[in-house]
Amino acid sequence: MAEQVLMLALSPTMEEGTIVSWHKKVGDSVAQSDIICEVETDKATMEYESVNEGTLLKILVPDGGKAKVGDPIAVMGESGEDISGLVEAAEKKAAAARAREPESEPAPKPAAEAKPSAGAEPAGAPAPVSKPQPTVPPTPTAGLKASPLARKMASEQGIDLRTVRGSGPGGRIVKRDMEKALRRAASYGPAAAVGVAGPALAGAAGAAYTPAAAGPTASGKDEPVPVSGKRKIIAKRLSESKYSAPHYYLRIDVDAGAMMAARARLNTRLPKEAGGKVSPNAFLIKFVAQTLKNYPSVNASWQGDTILHFGKIDIALAVAQEDGLITPVVRDCGSKGIVQIDRELKVLIDKALSNKLAPEEYNGATFTISSLGTSGILEFTAIINPPGSAILAVGRIHKAPFVEDDGSIGVRSQMMLTLSCDHRVIDGAVGAAFLSDLRAMIEYPIDHLY
Amino acid sequence: MANYDYDLLVLGAGPGGYVAAIRATQLGLKAGVIEKDKPGGVCLNIGCIPSKALIHQAELMRCGKELEEIGVKVDASGLDYGKVFAYSRKAADTLSRGVGYLLKKNKIDLIEGEGVIASAHEIEVKGHGKVTGENLLIATGSRPRSIPGFDIDEKVVLSSTGALMLEKLPKRICVLGGGAIGVEFAHIMNAFGVEVHLVEMLDHLLPLEDEEAVQVLVRSFKKRGVKIYTSTKATGYKNSGKAVKVSLEGKEGKQELGVDQILLVVGRVSNTDGIGLEKVGIKLERGFIPVGNYYQTSAAGIYAIGDVVNSPMLAHVASKEGEITVEHLAGHQTPTRLDPHAVPSAVYCEPQLASFGYTEKAAKEAGLEFEKAVFPYRGAGKSVAVGKTEGILKLLVDKETREILGAHLVGAEATELIHEILLAKTAELLPEDIAVMTHAHPTLSEGVMEMARMAEGWVIHV
Repeated sequence: MAEQVLMLALSPTMEEGTIVSWHKKVGDSVAQSDIICEVETDKATMEYESVNEGTLLKILVPDGGKAKVGDPIAVMGESGEDISGLVEAAEKKAAAARAREPESEPAPKPAAEAKPSAGAEPAGAPAPVSKPQPTVPPTPTAGLKASPLARKMASEQGIDLRTVRGSGPGGRIVKRDMEKALRRAASYGPAAAVGVAGPALAGAAGAAYTPAAAGPTASGKDEPVPVSGKRKIIAKRLSESKYSAPHYYLRIDVDAGAMMAARARLNTRLPKEAGGKVSPNAFLIKFVAQTLKNYPSVNASWQGDTILHFGKIDIALAVAQEDGLITPVVRDCGSKGIVQIDRELKVLIDKALSNKLAPEEYNGATFTISSLGTSGILEFTAIINPPGSAILAVGRIHKAPFVEDDGSIGVRSQMMLTLSCDHRVIDGAVGAAFLSDLRAMIEYPIDHLY
Repeated sequence: MANYDYDLLVLGAGPGGYVAAIRATQLGLKAGVIEKDKPGGVCLNIGCIPSKALIHQAELMRCGKELEEIGVKVDASGLDYGKVFAYSRKAADTLSRGVGYLLKKNKIDLIEGEGVIASAHEIEVKGHGKVTGENLLIATGSRPRSIPGFDIDEKVVLSSTGALMLEKLPKRICVLGGGAIGVEFAHIMNAFGVEVHLVEMLDHLLPLEDEEAVQVLVRSFKKRGVKIYTSTKATGYKNSGKAVKVSLEGKEGKQELGVDQILLVVGRVSNTDGIGLEKVGIKLERGFIPVGNYYQTSAAGIYAIGDVVNSPMLAHVASKEGEITVEHLAGHQTPTRLDPHAVPSAVYCEPQLASFGYTEKAAKEAGLEFEKAVFPYRGAGKSVAVGKTEGILKLLVDKETREILGAHLVGAEATELIHEILLAKTAELLPEDIAVMTHAHPTLSEGVMEMARMAEGWVIHV
């Protein structure tokens, strides 16, 4: 029996997907978990694995076409089957979806509008209520059966009701269905949503933001720019972090001379084919991981009634993308060397820049580093990337005058580090000790081998 | 395939058993019910129904006082409690016959006699022989519990059964146990002019109910002259023939109470002995039959519901549990268990008390983030018009999701009003849905609407 192939939610927050390319042609046979197409979601490009088997009978959404989660994108069945009914139903559904978008009823025109020439306020016309009325956006989920509680949970947790199967009376979506959907979403990563770090741009891989990418300069006219799915998530996650975690900031100046010298030495000694120069970020990640080993309370997460000390050190690096940012995670940095960290980082950054990171590659960092050094920024503060409790903002490495212990003035390679901490988890003295140890680690790494 | 007399053989024709049998028949199963007494069980014969008949008449007595306020002279001296009793029996008998009729109408065999489980598919019925069923349902209910030093003789120490069967009221009574049954009897006896002493071991009456709601009831009882002793234990009694002296031990030390009779209502014990559980290897846990999903016992094909399992000992709980088992047996989609937070409880005294879900204390202990709204009855115009201003409507709501966590009503018709809120809870409506719904004026239900509005921050009549 032929069946519609529906657009699935390939990330927990996805509402709409764009078909990048079909891997199967009409007439191809499809086995279970065959990749039938590539879909660009709100965060990344994902492979769509088939959950059914059969023959691809019709493609409803061609390459480059968009479909909302739950909308049909193709029809599968046995070859030679009559699928006209299904195709018609799918097309009707698409038409209905288009039709239900703006469904606001025009309000009766106020009397004042009927005579626009009148200079004075017409007598009897009600004064406008000064308090702005909340506007209700048209909801494409309006036709769905869901309990008010389930709807409330969906809007709070950012879950698309169309991706949830109802088990209540008459197929209504009820609380237990939402709880199931939330558990499913949570299994994508400990943060239950998409990992996004502070307002930071990666110093790595030349991902610097260029104003040209933002379009033309001010045209003199205000222009509303639609908020993309990714932008919504960034806004939600960062607001949540900033408003719920009490941030405080610690700043320290570090002599980066030894680190840069070590890097130069390493780079000259590494064989060319090993994959290019090691980035300073790899050194920083290693030093942070090494310091975190002594500070389990910094490698931790606020969980409401408990504090979770993470068993591994998974460090994310904020990477700027054309339309946002993402935080690829190098796992288990505590047990990896600088070169290995660097190689993994390069792969992750490449994927990040081409929107190909899988959710498990950008979720659940226990600590995050954000660097704006290559943009020339001297120092800045970043917003904590949950579930972690601290983020390190790294400034530009630059030559700066420095007063030596004997009072003479010298010049050194200096770097400003700013640590943002969640005070619920990390007290000031602990954060300060961690940062001070991190400085010692960067300046005299050899000390830590004694 | 083995051939059985019935698809479902039910042991006990109380509100758990007979409802399960009828529902099973509706779903196409052949059902039989074994009962050693009258159909309808404790509920109909010596529980809910006759006690409500008494409470109704107690209310009539109390109305006499209102009539006097408008000048009507009421002469209550002719009160013949024997007739009150007869009225309550008539209600019980009518309904018991009604259950018999319902069973017959649904072509369910009522097998009269004492049944003992003989094997996984067999029940031996005395004077009847063996009856077989593919599935067995144990619904044997419960009986009053006694405590050391107070053996129930139904003369001096009464159980609830004895109290319902009284044809003459004592002058003074000591009610041991401040749960729903104790509170209801205290109300009945007080209304008929008995001097009532109500003793509870825990620190407040109706220990499972919300304290704030119970306080309203306690104030009302005290005003009417019911003597309440909380955190107090009864250690024994002496019967001199003329008077019964009950020894109490409480916060203020020991004291003796002179009464005529004692009503012992300290809870109920499951009827699990002598029904052959050992034959099928069912072992009790804390006096109850342990059950899993759909009330399945440890023995395959045997289910148990109602007062014999560890869930609230309420008729409507037994009925619902029976329905869940039967729906499951018929292959229908059904919840695996009754949601304990969606079970209403009702205490039929005046003012009435009705509730479901979390009490404020339980919500705090569970660490829930909640908000509460407490709307006074007097805020609803109808309550003033009919002279029932005593009481509160209390709602607990999850701070974030606005889910209804619990409701506690105390006041007139509370046991009827609770259901609008419970429907909202089970349909997962939010307080806002109740708040914006138009309620007829003047009704007590407006209080429910106002309570919901209060939770949403826009109560009007306060």
